[in-house]
Amino acid sequence: MAEISLYDIAHARTGDKGNHANISLIAYREEDYPLLVEQVTPEVVSAHFGARHPSAVRRYLLPHLSAMNFVLDNVLDGGVNDSLNLDMHGKSLSFHLLTLNVQRT
Amino acid sequence: MQTLAVGCGAGFSGDRVDAAIPVVKTLIARGGPAALMFENLAERTLAHQHLIRRAHPSLGYEPLLEQELRPILADCMQHGIPIIGNFGAANPQGAAQRIVQLAEQLGLPKPRIAVVQGDDLSNAQGRALVKQHLPEGFDDARFVCANAYLGAFEIAQALKEGAQIVVTGRVADPSLLLGPAIAHYQWRATDWDALAGATMAGHLLECGAQVSGGYFADPGKKDVPGLDNVGFPIAEIFPDGSCVVSKADDTGGLVDCRTVKEQLLYEVHDPAAYITPDVVADISQARVEQVGANRVRLHGVKGHPRTATLKVLAYFDGGWLGEGEISYAGPNAEARARLAMDVMQKRMGRHMPLRFDLIGISSILGDDQGRMLTGMPTTRATDVRLRVAAKHAQRAPIDLLLQELTALWTGGPAGGGGVRVAKRQRLSNLACLIPREQIPATVQFV
Repeated sequence: MAEISLYDIAHARTGDKGNHANISLIAYREEDYPLLVEQVTPEVVSAHFGARHPSAVRRYLLPHLSAMNFVLDNVLDGGVNDSLNLDMHGKSLSFHLLTLNVQRT
Repeated sequence: MQTLAVGCGAGFSGDRVDAAIPVVKTLIARGGPAALMFENLAERTLAHQHLIRRAHPSLGYEPLLEQELRPILADCMQHGIPIIGNFGAANPQGAAQRIVQLAEQLGLPKPRIAVVQGDDLSNAQGRALVKQHLPEGFDDARFVCANAYLGAFEIAQALKEGAQIVVTGRVADPSLLLGPAIAHYQWRATDWDALAGATMAGHLLECGAQVSGGYFADPGKKDVPGLDNVGFPIAEIFPDGSCVVSKADDTGGLVDCRTVKEQLLYEVHDPAAYITPDVVADISQARVEQVGANRVRLHGVKGHPRTATLKVLAYFDGGWLGEGEISYAGPNAEARARLAMDVMQKRMGRHMPLRFDLIGISSILGDDQGRMLTGMPTTRATDVRLRVAAKHAQRAPIDLLLQELTALWTGGPAGGGGVRVAKRQRLSNLACLIPREQIPATVQFV
């Protein structure tokens, strides 16, 4: 078992709609995708973004793309029209997701 | 039938105005039927343009319109490449007039310009309709504008009737590409798979360089050659709606499976139901493959019948945002920045909630309540910039906040420097769905 950072095996991009952020998580190599499916669950992601208090996190799987899409509800302090955050779109959140650690056997 | 190629010249209002030049050159060099799209309207951009139009009735369209079109208008007209843009914003007629003038200045024949209308629901009649669908929270006193997201079929109609330039206000961004695809392939409104495929091609192109190496580079991890000259994308659309995404010749940037996957999922929620006015696209079984250098094929997109409603966004005066910053350096810098925070909280906290950030320590990941920063121990950082931000319905308290921040020059902790303060008016929005038959769209030639 080795602990590795998601950053080593996957890339990600954030988009915003209103007060919700979506973050894609895409495995560089197809063989790492099952590990993402198993370990990067909505619960884990919700806890990882605890400082932003998501009201819900949904995960959608895209196996043909070795990708998944997370939707984090109400994490943008009201979103682009209301937030006081410098990054009001939450665009930098994708790289925060990549700081999550997973176990590889 | 020859394959249609659609290039993208802009991905938002404020995008590079020289981006379209290599795109048009490439479309001409490749030959074959082609179109050029400009996406200039983020959600808020349109509301800002409504405010500008109120003050200056001849304005309210994309401010960079002339700079965008000047370098490529002659080439596009001479080579039969129609231009489709939502640069009409809050004043599509005004934009059309400006393009007529530009063509005159350039010594070109008067272009055949079509304006798509019907999205603007800001007049009394439109407002009443929107209000019916927004019984909660519709504040007449603060109302700024409302616009519906129109689809691709009016754009297609304009092109079929010979438009060289199609000016729109609010349309769904992917419809800017789908319109010319419908016109070229004569798709019907129920060709769901083809409509969905081309919709996702439009989605890939709508943010300009974001599919061709922009918003992607991470040195040593995801390297992008020539990012300073990133090429804007071109999609070849096939009769079944599948596409190959590439980019302008002789430019930097990168189109590979990684860039395409990132952009495919950008701003998507449920991948099985990406809803536009034209179709409900399903990318859950979609596939991408590299088919050449900087060429990626997207296929397997499914389409489902379009919804009976159109999305409408109504905008309201959202009060004022004020923010200011001051820097501290050297020994104990963070402690001094935190003392400045404390001063601001004690002097202004009773007027409004304040957000504090320590740039260099924590400025992005925490929430507006500041729970993250409060919980962090003070570090030995030697280069820290305090940011204070707040919002208020009235301007005067925001002015007071900025005065107080400025007063940290002399009355705050030691060695504070580089004070900058700024304020701006905000807009808030409410979304609703309105039956599409209540929002008729029309095409008018100028």
